[in-house]
Amino acid sequence: MYNKGFAKHYYLMLLPGLIWLFIFSIVPMFGIVIAFQNYNPVQGILGSEFVGLDTFEYMFSLNDTASIFMNTISIAVMKIIGNLVIPLIFALMLNELKHMIIKRSIQTIVYLPHFLSWVILGGIILDIFSFQGPINQILGFFGIDAILFFGRADLFPFLVVGSDIWKEFGFNTIIYLAALTGINPALYEAASIDGASRSRMLWHVTLPGIRTTVVLLSVLGLGNVLNAGFDQIFNLYNPLVYSTGDIIDTWVYRAGLLNMQYELATAVGLLKSVAGFILISVSYFLAYRLTNYRIF
Amino acid sequence: MVRNRSVASRVFDVVLLVVLIAISITCILPIWYTLALSFSSKSAAAAGMVGLWPVGFNLNSYVQLLNEGQFFQSFWISIQRVILGAGLNLLIVPLMAYPLSKTIKDFKLRNIIMWSVIFTMLFNGGLIPLYLTIKNLDLMNSIWALVLVGGAQTLVFNIILTMNFFRNLPPVLEEAALVDGAGPWYILLKLYIPLSVPVLATVSLFSIVYHWNEFLYGLIFMTREEFYPLQTYIQQLTISVDPSSMTEDQYKRMSELSNRTLDAAKLFIAMLPVLIVYPFLQRFFIHGITLGSVKE
Repeated sequence: MYNKGFAKHYYLMLLPGLIWLFIFSIVPMFGIVIAFQNYNPVQGILGSEFVGLDTFEYMFSLNDTASIFMNTISIAVMKIIGNLVIPLIFALMLNELKHMIIKRSIQTIVYLPHFLSWVILGGIILDIFSFQGPINQILGFFGIDAILFFGRADLFPFLVVGSDIWKEFGFNTIIYLAALTGINPALYEAASIDGASRSRMLWHVTLPGIRTTVVLLSVLGLGNVLNAGFDQIFNLYNPLVYSTGDIIDTWVYRAGLLNMQYELATAVGLLKSVAGFILISVSYFLAYRLTNYRIF
Repeated sequence: MVRNRSVASRVFDVVLLVVLIAISITCILPIWYTLALSFSSKSAAAAGMVGLWPVGFNLNSYVQLLNEGQFFQSFWISIQRVILGAGLNLLIVPLMAYPLSKTIKDFKLRNIIMWSVIFTMLFNGGLIPLYLTIKNLDLMNSIWALVLVGGAQTLVFNIILTMNFFRNLPPVLEEAALVDGAGPWYILLKLYIPLSVPVLATVSLFSIVYHWNEFLYGLIFMTREEFYPLQTYIQQLTISVDPSSMTEDQYKRMSELSNRTLDAAKLFIAMLPVLIVYPFLQRFFIHGITLGSVKE
């Protein structure tokens, strides 16, 4: 049942959305030529002089460049691993719980932080970890001197990773829980009849049952190696922790919009976009090969 | 299910329950603490005496907030942004998802269009080109910059979710409608949309939360404070630091000078809409996400 005349209706349905995406996603892509120009805001993109790869040469000569890429990757990798493992453990624990009402209530509560912005949570976290905040009060109770948590470059990456896992672990369990409900209950019954203990069932039924999901999520995580979380870091960092906490996105914001180094910020952004695009494409390809996952 | 009810197993259940409840409490404790802080007296907050209950209960910070015109101005801008953004999202998403859910047999250009749409999600020009595009379009200080730029970035993900949902609807439904002489518009409006309430509620929730929480575009596209959406306004007040160099002492003094009770009141009021909307929509989103994204 198919009518040839339908195609024109389909185009009509797609048109408004395609125009929207074209103006606000495709048009800005042409702006990347700034990275190859000596950009002059008065003359604009069309009037500015082309300088080829000069900006990129300058970029690689800067000390900042290596450190912001390293910070980005190390924070992102820690986040990817933590956000994979902690929700898995949490989902397995929740799955052992048999009271449905308690289980639902716990789920509802742990999803909540995901829906609050990093502006809000950043404000709360900075206050809790502040010099007179509750954490330092508790430490003081045990006779430990107050620590200026968010003023210390050595602690900053761990505070960032920890608070990100805290915010997202509940939401990230959704996929695991969906996979766990997909396991055939007959397998548990069979194991039980064979006299398997709960730990044996976990090892021989549950974990193999969600292996595909774990592989899929780890492979897709690869695509995010250059995304360390702008919103979070932007709302938590300060000049004291730039050395370990400055990531590509926050650096681009400061260099580009505060210091008006348009060419340099665009060049760094472009390098990130290209590398990110390759990583995401590779991870989607691997996900398709390993688990037959397709996004569309 | 046959279950092993040994003593060890029961002890395990109790320990598990306690651990899970303790973990979920950490997810709401910071929010609770912020609420307690907002009702406390300034001196108690400054002395770090506030725990889980307000000390020196008063409503001063909320009264002070009422007198701050800019807070409500920004609140109103955020409300407008959410209505426009979520409304536009709800209009465009099914309109694009429906034709894209067709096979290439029914709609020849489907794959080419799908790839172009996906491409806008995987690659972008970066912050500076986006900023210059908005400037050239004369959208600076306009609420449409916030609605359209943010919307374009979340649109594709929402389309994929909805498209996958449409594809899982039984094809016989559409065939029956076609036999009765229905056209594509009729099928979309009278058949598909009423059947996709869970997924449309999910993408609406994502869109509402996104537009409510987003702060960066407010910061870069609005040059005057009176146009700031709420999150940008709060970000500027409670978190933003001078990006020039700073010493540890300056950082410490800055956090001591801040008005903690007023800040807490602002953070709490700013998260209130999410806290109110969340319980109503959360029963939909688990359903919506798992139906639209995870496919066996």
